[in-house]
Amino acid sequence: MQPLLTIQGPEAALFWFLAPLAVAAALGMLLVKKAVHSALLLAWVMITLAIFYIAQDAVFLGVVQVIVYTGAVMMLFLFILMLVGVDSSDSLTETITGLRPIAITAAVGFGGLLVSLLGRATLGREPIGLEIANTAGNVQGLAELLFSKYVWPFEVVSALLITAALGAMVLAHHQRTNPRPTQREQAISRFRSGSLAGAAGLPGPGVFARHNAVDVPALLPDGTPAPTSISATLKARGDVLDSGQFQLDNVDTTVVEEK
Amino acid sequence: MSLDNYLYLSAILFTIGAVGVVVRRNAIVVFMCVELMLNAANLTLVTFSRINGTLDGQVIAFFTMVVAACEVVVGLAIIVTIYRSRRSTSIDDASLLKR
Amino acid sequence: MVTNNGLVYLIALPLFGALSLLLLGRRADKWGHLLATTLSAGSFAVGLLQLSEMLARTPEARPVTQKLFTWISVGSFNVDASLLLDQLSICFVLLITGVGTLIHIYSISYMSHDPDRRRFFAYLNLFIAAMLLLVLGDSYLNLYVGWEGVGLASYLLIGFWNQKPAYATASKKAFIMNRIGDMGLSFAIMIAFASLGTVSFSGVKEQAHQASEATMTAIGIMLLVAAVGKSAQFPLQAWLGDAMAGPTPVSALIHAATMVTAGVYLIVRSNFVFDAAPNAQLLVVIVGAITLMFGALVGTAKDDIKKALAASTMSQIGYMILASGLGPAGYAFAIMHLLTHGFFKAGMFLGAGSVMHGMNDEVNMRRYGGLRKFMPITFITFGLGYLAIIGVPPFAGFYSKDMIIETALNAGGAKGIILGSVALLGAAITAFYMTRVMILTFTSSKRWDDTQHPHESPILMWLPMAILAIGSVISGFLLYRGEALKHWLEPLFEEHGEHTELLPPIVVSGLALFMVVIGVALAVIKYQLSDVEVVAPENVSVFTRIARRDLLQDDINEALFMRPGQLITSALVKIDQSVVDGAVHGIGKMALGSGSVLRKSQTGFVRSYAVLILIGAGVLIAAIWVVTK
Repeated sequence: MQPLLTIQGPEAALFWFLAPLAVAAALGMLLVKKAVHSALLLAWVMITLAIFYIAQDAVFLGVVQVIVYTGAVMMLFLFILMLVGVDSSDSLTETITGLRPIAITAAVGFGGLLVSLLGRATLGREPIGLEIANTAGNVQGLAELLFSKYVWPFEVVSALLITAALGAMVLAHHQRTNPRPTQREQAISRFRSGSLAGAAGLPGPGVFARHNAVDVPALLPDGTPAPTSISATLKARGDVLDSGQFQLDNVDTTVVEEK
Repeated sequence: MSLDNYLYLSAILFTIGAVGVVVRRNAIVVFMCVELMLNAANLTLVTFSRINGTLDGQVIAFFTMVVAACEVVVGLAIIVTIYRSRRSTSIDDASLLKR
Repeated sequence: MVTNNGLVYLIALPLFGALSLLLLGRRADKWGHLLATTLSAGSFAVGLLQLSEMLARTPEARPVTQKLFTWISVGSFNVDASLLLDQLSICFVLLITGVGTLIHIYSISYMSHDPDRRRFFAYLNLFIAAMLLLVLGDSYLNLYVGWEGVGLASYLLIGFWNQKPAYATASKKAFIMNRIGDMGLSFAIMIAFASLGTVSFSGVKEQAHQASEATMTAIGIMLLVAAVGKSAQFPLQAWLGDAMAGPTPVSALIHAATMVTAGVYLIVRSNFVFDAAPNAQLLVVIVGAITLMFGALVGTAKDDIKKALAASTMSQIGYMILASGLGPAGYAFAIMHLLTHGFFKAGMFLGAGSVMHGMNDEVNMRRYGGLRKFMPITFITFGLGYLAIIGVPPFAGFYSKDMIIETALNAGGAKGIILGSVALLGAAITAFYMTRVMILTFTSSKRWDDTQHPHESPILMWLPMAILAIGSVISGFLLYRGEALKHWLEPLFEEHGEHTELLPPIVVSGLALFMVVIGVALAVIKYQLSDVEVVAPENVSVFTRIARRDLLQDDINEALFMRPGQLITSALVKIDQSVVDGAVHGIGKMALGSGSVLRKSQTGFVRSYAVLILIGAGVLIAAIWVVTK
């Protein structure tokens, strides 16, 4: 019989160091307003879990966790966040009356019961550990199971993966229901939209300015910056430069002779 | 330290994820909370694999990851589609079920 | 028994024709009638081939079978879809396909102006196929399929011109009255299955003697009900007169020559049942006797040429049923009369069609008269049929009817005397009303106005009539000569052997002829020698009025079945509306009410559903917590 498994020393220290951090990050996910922050906190939780996996002799899963989850899946999340707007931040006030207290009560009840149930449960024997199972190596052990005992679920899951990929393609494919408006139609609709203010189109960044970078607002004929000429995303990030610093009298106009 | 501590951690993370699914309105965050719940479950599987001394738990955790990946792909595609038509990622806006 | 794989073609050819004509639709309009006629003739050719093969074998080895497929196989109960061609079925096969083919040919011309001629031929082919299945089935269940098939074909063809509501109603009437008979057949099958465990002819025959007489009587009575429905016998006779709504070739083929004689076939085929059940047999005789008088009396009063012929058909089938109820002595004569009747009655119906064709579809005989000069061929063929039906020697009807009368007289005791007298009286009345038809149509003075231009029909129409007329002349002699048909059918029946002769045959023939002469003479006096009114006289005796109303058959049916049925129906409707609908609506309202309460819990917000799931999971954990304490 394998010697009984005891956890002490480095692993225990690692656990007591990382577990509170993971819980804190998970709680943070619920409390931060911006989705992108939530995503970063989730990535942190996932990395923590990957470390735990490795600590628990599940090397392969740990690595997969980092590559697939923290790498690919979280990247996908961030990508979508970029698509729908990074600056979107939620209001955390509840709109459905009574939902939040019920949810928290239910969650506390659920979690409390679960933890107390775990505390009450006994295995009846000591944990075995994975030293024997991993003798040929964790990857080899997993591979042997995957390609023998679990080969059918493995194939099914692969079919599922392909289906999901196709499904996502189908969902993301956008069928135009009406033809794209031509420039002429766009111009007509601008003139008919009530106000003539936008009739000539939005000013591009850098117009009338001494600088044509995208983060420098255009100047209106009276010299004031035109807010509509800057991307809303840039504005939300606070990355807009003050066009005032490119006023003629602020710029060094002395010609530097080049030889 | 007992291995049970991993299970406690997993239970706590799972509960936090469940609360997040209910409380948050941004569909993407809701999705991330679902991922958190899946990860918590995975931690349980890995721990039990260690307790039982077999690798089956790890294999199942591996399958969970694949399924989670599928779910993310399709789910995010749905979110993008909804966003395209509604200009919103709030799941309360997509409350057509009651009609 | 010998297996012969050619039998299926008998049915398959016309069935193929029906299917292809129906499925191809308008595309087959141009050539559909030719295909149908060819296939019917092909079936006749197959029948002749089978006959020649059959003649080459010894009497015991003549029946052949063909198993098509296993139809029902449950435990010890097996029914194969098998065909059986024996001496009895071959008679029918040749009659059906032969007369059927002639009528196909006739219809090509008769229906040439009808836009739906293709559909008509499809139905005709369907009928031929179903009728062949009826006579070729080797079990009651197989027979039942054909039985229903001919019922369907008859329904479709009676209502062929269903744009006229009266015709559509006539087809429904025929169908519904046939249903009653079909119920009888299905009951007979059920009784046979429940008490004998088999439904095949051979199986029932084997057990006919072991089984109790009560069982056989029950089966016999139910078979009689079936025969009564299909053959328009008393008391289910009311549909046949209205069935004349169909095109005349249909009346000739289905409602004179073949389908209505299916009842006779059923009884003769089930001879072993009736031989073992004397009471059922007696009932058969009674039904036959009543119907032959009934039909004859109705026939004397009808002015519609087709309805007069229909009444005559009913009466003649009464003769056949009567003969088939007389036991082994009568079976052969029933079939013989059936075959000769098939010729002369089909011929006369075709003649009636030809007259109508020349008279702008006029059917009232009081508006005919003197057509002999305008339609000589029709007159001759119809006249030959007429001589055959009234039983003038040496025409076909003489032999067959004479034999029936003789057998009836020889049935023994009071029964024999009563039946014999009825049959003789029937012969006199038959002579009377057929002479009436003949005189009113062909020989009396002209009673039609000048808008009519009577003319002879084209060759395609008179040729089949001529062939059938030849049949009406010679078939009786051929079948009678040396008791040919009797010996042919003998292996199928159990011979009892005892023959009592009440009167010598020559006396019976003399009596019958005497009765015929009386009938003819009366008719000649009444219609030929005195003027016939164009409009039927109103100041007639109450008996004539009753006869004109088909002996009150419809009034009785209405009073006994229709009005009580209507009462029950309207009462049931009320109950349905208040009780059943009340319950249904109440349940609906309850569901609606509870739904409107429950819908408040459905907010449509995914998150509220998620909370419910969370609570549910919590409850589940709590349950585990409690249980594992």
